[in-house]
Amino acid sequence: MLDGPKTETKLVEVSDLKMHFPIHTGLFRRHTGDVKAVDGVSFDIFEGETLGLVGESGCGKSTCGRAVLRLYDITDGSINIDGAEIGDTPQSQLRGKRPTMQMVFQDPQASLNPRMTVQAIIQEPLDEHTNLSKDEKREKVLALMDQVGLNRKFAGRYPHAFSGGQRQRIGIARALALNPKFIVCDEPIAALDVSIQAQVVNLLEDLQQEFGLTYLFISHDLSMVRHIANRVAVMYLGKIVELAPREALYDAPLHPYTKALLSAVPEPDPDLHAAMERTILTGDVPSPANPPKGCNFCTRCPAVMDICKQEDPEYREVLPGQFVACHHYNGITDPADVRAASEAQ
Amino acid sequence: MPDGAQPVLDVRDLKTIFKIRGGEVHAVNNVSFDLKPGELLGVVGESGSGKSVTMMSLLGLLPSPPADVQNGTVTFDGEDLLKVDPETLRTVRGGKIGFVFQDPMTSLNPVYNVGMQIMEPLRKHMGMSKKAATVRAKELLELVGIPDAERRLKDYPHQFSGGMRQRVMIAIALACDPKVLVADEPTTALDVTIQAQILELMKELQERLGMAVIWITHDLGVVAGIADRVLVMYGGQIVEQAPTRSLFKNPQHPYTRALLKTVPRVTGGREDRLAIIEGQPPILGAQPTACPFRDRCDVAFDRCSQENPQRFDVGDGHDAACFFDAMTGAPRNA
Repeated sequence: MLDGPKTETKLVEVSDLKMHFPIHTGLFRRHTGDVKAVDGVSFDIFEGETLGLVGESGCGKSTCGRAVLRLYDITDGSINIDGAEIGDTPQSQLRGKRPTMQMVFQDPQASLNPRMTVQAIIQEPLDEHTNLSKDEKREKVLALMDQVGLNRKFAGRYPHAFSGGQRQRIGIARALALNPKFIVCDEPIAALDVSIQAQVVNLLEDLQQEFGLTYLFISHDLSMVRHIANRVAVMYLGKIVELAPREALYDAPLHPYTKALLSAVPEPDPDLHAAMERTILTGDVPSPANPPKGCNFCTRCPAVMDICKQEDPEYREVLPGQFVACHHYNGITDPADVRAASEAQ
Repeated sequence: MPDGAQPVLDVRDLKTIFKIRGGEVHAVNNVSFDLKPGELLGVVGESGSGKSVTMMSLLGLLPSPPADVQNGTVTFDGEDLLKVDPETLRTVRGGKIGFVFQDPMTSLNPVYNVGMQIMEPLRKHMGMSKKAATVRAKELLELVGIPDAERRLKDYPHQFSGGMRQRVMIAIALACDPKVLVADEPTTALDVTIQAQILELMKELQERLGMAVIWITHDLGVVAGIADRVLVMYGGQIVEQAPTRSLFKNPQHPYTRALLKTVPRVTGGREDRLAIIEGQPPILGAQPTACPFRDRCDVAFDRCSQENPQRFDVGDGHDAACFFDAMTGAPRNA
C-alpha cells in the first residue's frame, strides 16, 4: 500500500458539515428538536489517499459519508469535491457531478436489485451518464467484471446466485463504471466473513493503485482501518474527536476516547492480551438528540475535568497533522508538552 | 479448569442435516466434544461453519422439519438429551442450561417488561412465588450490573440500550443457576466499548458462579481473551481443538493458521498486504468424503481429496483434523 498521500492536492474539502434530522412530535407535528447526526465536521482528503472514518454505531459516520456525497440535503457547511462546491447545489444539478463521486454500500444483498442481471446492474450507470453504443457498454461491463475478479460468464446471472463477497465485487464494479475519482466505502466488509474480508480489501487496494482512486473508508473495524487507511478520523456522537496519520493514531493516540476505543479491541494473542492495560468505558453513548453540555464525551470520559462539562472543546491541530478536540490540550503547542498532557490522563 | 474431571456435557458424533427443496445441507458432521465443569469453551468459525447449529441441535431447538438430528449422543446429567421426552428437555433448557443469543432485541419480548421476563424461568422452573421471584429478579439485575435495578424491572426492552439488553438476557439465562451457559455470539451486535464491558462481566460471573460456558463467536480476539479451550469449526466439522494458548501459539490446522494471518491487528507490526484465503467456504450438499478445506488449503495433497481426516492428537490436549503434520512439515503416517 502507498504510504502517505501521493500528492498534496486536496480532492475533498469538508468544512463544518452539519446534518440534523428534525424531530416532529405532538398532534400538530411541531418541530421540537433535532437529531444532530453530524454536528460540525471538518476534514480534507488528498488525492490518491484513503481516509478512514471510524466510530461506534450511531456516531454519525455513515450519515457523514452520505452527506459528503450529497445523498442528503445538508443542514449547514461546505463540501468541495474536485474543485467544485456541492454543499448547496440543488439535487437536479448534482446529477452531472455524480460520475466523479461514487459509493460502495454496506449490505451487498440490499444494494443490488434482485430482479436485474449483473450485466444490467453494472451497466445502469453507463445508461444514465454516457452515450456509448450497446456493444461498447457490454464490452465495458465485461472489462469491469475482469477488473473486480468476477467471471465474465456470469454476466447474465442474478445477484442471488452469488456469495456475499462476490456480490460486494458487483457493487464495486458498478461504482467503478464511470471512472470516478472519489469513492465512499460505507462499511464495505462489515457483512462479510473474515476469510472473505481480506479478499475484498486487497481488491480495493489494487483498484486504488491502478486508477489513482481516493477513498473515504467508513468502518467500525479499527484493525481493518489500520490496514487500509493513510489517515484516520475518529467520530463520537456527531463530531470528529481526533484525526491523525495512521501511525500517530494507533501508536500514540491523544484523545481519551481514541485510547479507550483502541484498548477495547480484542487482541488475538493471549500473551499480549494478558499484558494489555484496558480502559473499560462505563455507560452508553448519549442520544444525539440530546447531547450533553460541553464535550460530547464528558459523560464517559475517564479523564473528565470540570471545564469539560461546561465548554465544547476546540478541534485543532496540536501536532503536525494530528487534530484533537479535547480540553486536556488547551493552549499547548510544544510537542513535548502534548505528550506529557497525553501521559497525564 | 480441573483436569480429568467428569465432563458436565459430553457430545459424541453429532450429525444434523437440513432437508431443503432440491437436496440436503449437511450442517453438522460427526461433531464430538466435551465441556468440563467451570470451563469456558470458545467455539470459533465463520458463518455456515455449523457452530450455532451444533448448539441448537443438542438442545432440541431446531424446528424439524427441515432439521433432522440423525445421529449422536449428548450426555448431560447422566441422560442423553437427544433421547429424552420433550417435557424433560424443557426443564433442562432455561433451567440447568441457560442460553444467551446474539441479538438481544429479537430475543426479548417487546410487550412484556423485563421483570416479567426474568421472573418467567424462576416461576416455571423453580416454582417460586411472585414475591420471591421479584426479589430474585432484582438481585439478578444487580448481579449483571444494571443500576437502579428495582425501578428498571418495570421497564420494557426498548427502554434499554443494546449493551443493557444483553445484560438482561444474561440475567435471564442465569436465573436458575445453570450448570452450563451457552452464549451464541453474545457480543457480535454490540460496539467494541460495550463488548469489552460484557466480556469483563461474563468472565467475572463465570468465576464467581463456577458454571461452565460455551462461547460461540467468529472473533478470534474475543476467544483469546476469554476462553480456556477453543474449538475451531469449518464446513460443519471441528477441525482443531486446543487449550487457548496452545491454539494461538502453535496452530496446527492450515485453516486456523490462515485465519490468524488474515486478521489485521491494532497493535504490533502492520503487513503491507493482507494474507488471504482463496476461494469460498464449501457447500455442504452431501456427507463429506474428503477434507472440507482442501480446495483452499496450501498444503493439500492427494489423500486430502480421498478421505476426510479424523482428529489427530498432537499432545497436551491439542488435536487437529489434518493429514499434514505441521510440526514435521510432512504428511502424517497414520
